[in-house]
Amino acid sequence: MYQNKAVVLKGRDWVTVWLYAIIALIGLLCIISVELKANDDFFKSLWAFKKNYSKQFFYLLICAVIATFILLMDSKFFTATPNLLYVLGILLMISTFVIGKTVNGSKSWIPLGFMNLQPVETCKIFTSLALAKYLSRPETNFSKSRSQLIASAICFLPIVFSILQNETGLALVYFCFLLPMYREGFPPAYLVIGASMGILLVAALLIPTYPLLITISVISLYALYTLKRRIKRNKSLLYIVLASWVFSAIFIGLAVPFMFKHVFQKYQADRIFSMVGRDNPYTATQPEENPNTAQLSVKKPKADTENYNVKQSKIAIGSGGFFGKGFLKGTQTQGDFVPEQHTDFIFTSLGENFGFVGCTILMLLYLTLLLRIIMIAERQRSTFSRVYAYSVAAILFFHIAINICMTIGLAPVIGITLPLMSYGGSSLLTFTILIFILVRLDADRQMVLR
Amino acid sequence: MSVFNQSRKEVIRLIFIALFVIIILRLFTLQVISSKYKTLAEDQGTFRKVVYPDRGIVFDRNKNAILQNVNIYDLMVTPNKLKGIDTAALCKILQIDSAQFQKRIVELIIKNGRSRASIFEPLLSDEKMALLNESMFKFTPAFYMQERSVRAYPYDAAANVLGYTAEVDTNFLKKHPDEGYVAGDFAGMTGLERSYEKVLMGQRGIEYWKRDNKNRLTEKLEKGQYDTAAIAGKNLYTSLDIELQELGEKLMQNKLGSIVAVDPRTGGILAMVSAPTYQPNYLTGSERRKHFSELFLNPALPLLNRTVSATYSPGSTFKTLQALIGLHEGVITTDTRFSCSGAFYGCGSGKPMRCLDFGTFDLRSAITISDNTYFANVMQRVINNPKFPSIDSALSHWDNYMYSFGLGRRLGVDVPSEKTGNIPTPKYFNKVYGAGRWNFCSFRSVSIGQGEVDVTPLQVANEMAYIANKGWYYIPHVVDSIEDGDRYGMLDKYNKRVVPPAIPDSIFEAVHDGMQGVVDKGTGVGAKVNDVVICGKTGTVENYYRGVKQQNHSFFCGFAPRVNPKIAIMCVVENSGRFGGTYAAPIVGLMIEKYLKDSITDKGRLARVEQLSKLNLMPPRIFAELRRQDSMRHSKDSAYLVAKGYIKIVKDTLGMDDDIVDKEEFGKLKDKKSEDKKPLRDSVRKVEAIKPEEKKIKSAADSSKGR
Repeated sequence: MYQNKAVVLKGRDWVTVWLYAIIALIGLLCIISVELKANDDFFKSLWAFKKNYSKQFFYLLICAVIATFILLMDSKFFTATPNLLYVLGILLMISTFVIGKTVNGSKSWIPLGFMNLQPVETCKIFTSLALAKYLSRPETNFSKSRSQLIASAICFLPIVFSILQNETGLALVYFCFLLPMYREGFPPAYLVIGASMGILLVAALLIPTYPLLITISVISLYALYTLKRRIKRNKSLLYIVLASWVFSAIFIGLAVPFMFKHVFQKYQADRIFSMVGRDNPYTATQPEENPNTAQLSVKKPKADTENYNVKQSKIAIGSGGFFGKGFLKGTQTQGDFVPEQHTDFIFTSLGENFGFVGCTILMLLYLTLLLRIIMIAERQRSTFSRVYAYSVAAILFFHIAINICMTIGLAPVIGITLPLMSYGGSSLLTFTILIFILVRLDADRQMVLR
Repeated sequence: MSVFNQSRKEVIRLIFIALFVIIILRLFTLQVISSKYKTLAEDQGTFRKVVYPDRGIVFDRNKNAILQNVNIYDLMVTPNKLKGIDTAALCKILQIDSAQFQKRIVELIIKNGRSRASIFEPLLSDEKMALLNESMFKFTPAFYMQERSVRAYPYDAAANVLGYTAEVDTNFLKKHPDEGYVAGDFAGMTGLERSYEKVLMGQRGIEYWKRDNKNRLTEKLEKGQYDTAAIAGKNLYTSLDIELQELGEKLMQNKLGSIVAVDPRTGGILAMVSAPTYQPNYLTGSERRKHFSELFLNPALPLLNRTVSATYSPGSTFKTLQALIGLHEGVITTDTRFSCSGAFYGCGSGKPMRCLDFGTFDLRSAITISDNTYFANVMQRVINNPKFPSIDSALSHWDNYMYSFGLGRRLGVDVPSEKTGNIPTPKYFNKVYGAGRWNFCSFRSVSIGQGEVDVTPLQVANEMAYIANKGWYYIPHVVDSIEDGDRYGMLDKYNKRVVPPAIPDSIFEAVHDGMQGVVDKGTGVGAKVNDVVICGKTGTVENYYRGVKQQNHSFFCGFAPRVNPKIAIMCVVENSGRFGGTYAAPIVGLMIEKYLKDSITDKGRLARVEQLSKLNLMPPRIFAELRRQDSMRHSKDSAYLVAKGYIKIVKDTLGMDDDIVDKEEFGKLKDKKSEDKKPLRDSVRKVEAIKPEEKKIKSAADSSKGR
């Protein structure tokens, strides 16, 4: 079928493409500001493929090619192959156990020569497609718990492999698929329960166990007291309150300590506690078979409760002020004070160089992108496209929220990237593909894709 | 189903917007409201670097640089680049073993971290520098040389005049709290370096640098737009004649004493020799600390500037002033004669003051042959002058003359640590003897410059300038002008002519006649220079050290030529023995010849220079003290000696501020003397490195004679 250029590019959502391009270029600018020192020759090193910004520049070019390619593809391809791709993605993740390369302590990378591929990243695309495919099947009835279970399994299977690869941060991203599932009719009770468990967890971290237990008991008694009339009419309400009381008590008293002692690695527990500004109380209860080491640990000065990364990142962002110090003028950025600044902490570079104004503009760009994607999602006629669009929005949102929150000390440091901004081919490629598949699907929004 | 779930998109949108609002609010508090992170960032991200300007250069009167800056090198090391460096070769060059090498590296890592360059070996000597330069390729990039500016003395002379710089210590910081010094700075400690510190130091600059996570300075903040440039110190133009100074130092080798030469027309100091001195370059460079304590402990006190900090009885050189006063008071005329029959009997015969030349003298011949009796009579007449109601007022009147001649108080020379000297006052005698219980005979030896009168060599030189000028002088000073003007008014007092009570020229002519006679045919013939009319006066000064009579000091002062005098000079050779004319006079003669004729060409005269410079007149007690120190050092652990108080812990620097020195009586050389029968005054002396039992020795002495 012959298509001329105008027809090919008709109906593409150019707002999304522009937002994508602007954010990616801001990201490149931030990486430059991290690495470019005063006496470097910018253009020479841009072509040299030695510096990170030069690499990122080439990745962007590659991404542009791939994006064009995706826009030219038939959208039927994406509805036809998700299952196959999903299996491929899972196989890739398994293969890392064999041919994987260890980067920063996690064996989750496949070396491709010119770049390293992280299957956990790319698998997000396949999972989104697979979830969309499953939910758009005519035989799927998502109000049935069986379907809900299968959909959850599709979403959460990669988590297992990811945790086995010691890449906990990225594993958490897969929880974002709860959002598209919620949109498609997943009972909100799960989200509420999940949210309250989150609050309970944070409370358990912040407040010592016994005062928290007493507080929860007081709240429960207060609930019983205020609800006593309704409880008289409906006995089950009493059981719900009592059950949640017991559950909370068990969760705080047993589950949380158990998790921190046996499930999490020590550094993870430390990070989580450092985020809330406390020392890890569970390190003291670690087995002390050697009295000498116990004495040594007593002598050690009290650890700085604020993690070095977070502290430096906050200093860098905080020192930016309202208008920032100006491009290439950030002392913290140029002095390499923030570790991993070109990847996970790229936001600090923006914060220092361009200040509150710059940060707010970026946040608004991201928000516009997210709301645009939701708008796109809602105008789809096919469930496949809608679910996929929500998945993309959810993944982006989760990445943005967690990444920025961790740079400003609102979330624990888990190594996930800032979409389109962070240095790294794997991450950039993933988000490019995610977004451009969406743009391609959106072009065919009048069709019902299955 | 999608219709059923339509409202959920609003929930999702709400979640998105809510979280973004939270993040933006958080960013607002972090970036706009809180200032904590800005200060934290400034603390760790920027560095305020103080840039030290070059100190000013000091020139002599012929525009030769006599104190300047040279660049020498520190060997710097960056510990994290050490891999693969030929450390054995480096250790060989630096003459250390590998254990020392390791220790230094570890210390530097503890101090400055691995990736920051620190000084491995400061102030490389020339030989090490040469060796290192040859094989530096073996040690790069871990090692490199860094330039540093240090003081250098091209002539290696005039150490005591120029002074030295040293790192400031806590004492110094306490004394100069508001002058912006911080620990680690260098400041002038003595000499011109001290007194012109304000001008020489220049103005420090400040550079703002970016600093990275390893504490390395990376680049200037904002391309240096907040920096203030360092302004180099101002140069000093002095009146010193460095060749004359060198000759003086050569002549005074192996002797204790000093020479001061002043240009009477300007008050500019031509030479200021204090012997023994030290090579000023000895106190720069890496071995400074060691050398300093060596000099500090030397019993000959090379760090002392004897020209201003040592006081002596002026001896017979004082007679010139006595003559001036006597003539001006009208108690004598130039033709007044006194005869000497062997001693001065004006105070009875109990303890006569001897004179050596029998006969009858008028003023001129009395000066020429330095007759004691004559000047005892002159002063007796001044003090017992019936125009004064009491001896108190008579002596006060005499004192005022002396003060106006520049004695008994600080002249205000621009070299630190000047002493006042002493002129006896009625108040002093009232205290010692009781009011009304003393008369001229109680201090008759003052008339010939012994006893209670003390002067510094500089004061005597100035006195000569005054006599040469017939009635005025400029306060002696080393610095004539300062580059770019005298901003602090430091030179103002040196531009004012000091005119004591007017004495007619005829009186001066008479004194000049007598002084010319001294050199032509009197006691100072040794000072004679062909074709130059020199007026001079010898002095042979009795003195005591810890109550023990020592060999006489040899003095000679004078000026030349008699008409339009160009140089006024004073020379002291301590404990030389014999007479003033023996040693001091020839030294002065050579100095005058050198200055007036520009060089000494005559072979005989050159031989005389060599002979005098080889002459060793160091008093035996100095060698005894040196031997004692040596044996003490060998026989006993020095820590034990410090604990017992036998030796004091030596400070690294001497704070040569005037008042401090006065209090400490640092290096006081001379014992008080008295001619009276009763031992009247005790003198407590403090000299470093003496045993406790020696610390308090009463000294009493009497009898004096002069020539």
